[in-house]
Amino acid sequence: MRELITLRVNGERYEVAVLPHRTLLEVLREDLGLIGTKHGCELGECGACTVLLDGVPVLSCLTLPLEVQGAEITTIEGLEERGRLHPLQEAFAELGAAQCGYCTPGMLLSAAALLRQNPRPTREEIKQALAGNLCRCTGYTKIYEAIEAAARRLSAVHEDERQPDAALQP
Amino acid sequence: MLRLPPFRYLAPRTLSEATRLLAEEGPAAMPVAGGTDLLPNMKRRQFTPAALVGLRRLHELKGISGSPEVGVRIGAGETLTSVSTHPLIRTHYPALALAAAAVSTPQLRNAGTIGGNILLDTRCNYYNQTEFWRHSIGYCMKRDGSICLVAPGSPRCWAISSADTVPVLVVLQARVRLVSVRGEREIPIQELFRDDGMRPYTRETDEILSEIWLPPAPGWRSTYLKLRRRGSFDFPILGVAAALRREQDGRIGDVRIALGAVASHPVEAEEAMAHLRGQQPTPALLQEVAALAAKRARPLDNADLTITYRKQLTPVYVRRALDLLLGAEQGSGAK
Repeated sequence: MRELITLRVNGERYEVAVLPHRTLLEVLREDLGLIGTKHGCELGECGACTVLLDGVPVLSCLTLPLEVQGAEITTIEGLEERGRLHPLQEAFAELGAAQCGYCTPGMLLSAAALLRQNPRPTREEIKQALAGNLCRCTGYTKIYEAIEAAARRLSAVHEDERQPDAALQP
Repeated sequence: MLRLPPFRYLAPRTLSEATRLLAEEGPAAMPVAGGTDLLPNMKRRQFTPAALVGLRRLHELKGISGSPEVGVRIGAGETLTSVSTHPLIRTHYPALALAAAAVSTPQLRNAGTIGGNILLDTRCNYYNQTEFWRHSIGYCMKRDGSICLVAPGSPRCWAISSADTVPVLVVLQARVRLVSVRGEREIPIQELFRDDGMRPYTRETDEILSEIWLPPAPGWRSTYLKLRRRGSFDFPILGVAAALRREQDGRIGDVRIALGAVASHPVEAEEAMAHLRGQQPTPALLQEVAALAAKRARPLDNADLTITYRKQLTPVYVRRALDLLLGAEQGSGAK
């Protein structure tokens, strides 16, 4: 029997009637039309379907929508802010960190969660944070470099924000 | 596409409501916590429960508390991430932090629970496959078939105990609490396991694993080493958990060694432990101990990499674990 539930996705509330055995991945893609979240192995072995649940990376193919009512779900569609790409997205595009692009939404969300917790991660910390996202094209190096570039830009922005007066000086 | 089979979802708010639901629904219902093992198994039709009883909201299964002097209680619903990062666990039970951090991937550890890892279904190359694959090969006795495909002449199932935290909890002498409408019982964790790949747990279908209790650990050092093909994702194809305590004069006061992923249950290396206990550790003695422990591992051709390689690596990993514990660094070096 379908159950009417409310999901909070990328800051918006969605009312959906779901069957209990539908995964969050299926509901996001097939009911909400949010097809940025990719459908990979479906068994927890690739990371393509990674989304953030209250800021924490989890696999939407192994999440039941019934269990995440009330949580804030972030998909790749929610990473941009007011029409501007997230610095991670910009850095991935500029530095060639996406090739076929299939793993990219999951990579970006894992990276975004990392930078929120740890704004200046070491290469090793980046590797650990991405240890659940497979990429078969890039060999990962460009991805690590893009995350490092985005981290530098984000911390530069934050330093500006801490000194608004200085930024106003000519 | 691999869809989940249909089921009813029940969302109890308290542990007693959950046990009542499990009792009412009978063996066709299964509890689900993180779902990271159960849901893939359901997609492959290894499990087709009529109902799932969700344990996620039960506050009784949450929390990590205690001290090294009195022992530590871990709610079975705590995620592997919170177990591996908790200061009490990292400092005083490092082997458990290492093992929890070695499970699968960050995403899985953020959802998967310690209770779920303990009750991980046993694994086999002929069993952890899609329904289509298993149908094509004629099924095995663990699900839908009648013979063992890895050892066709065998009357039993050889699926492998593959939980990283289990050999560690054995060497830490953990106890687990099981709750049902019939009451509660607290047992040493070894008593939770059976040497049977098909029915690897003594947990009854109406019981919920609610908490894990770690005894005080003064003077104990512990570590965990994991063999697998890749540094992430993979289940162990060998897990070595070791804990020891030294006397003032350097002799080994007590030692415990357990192997994971070498049988359908965690295997304690009794002969090896007895050989080391009370002795002054020397390289020659540690080599003998490692060889004795490795005798307990009889891998079959139903996991990743070759039998020969897994067999050869067993004494090497036991020796490395002991060296780590006898060296200056406590509990480091897990892969």
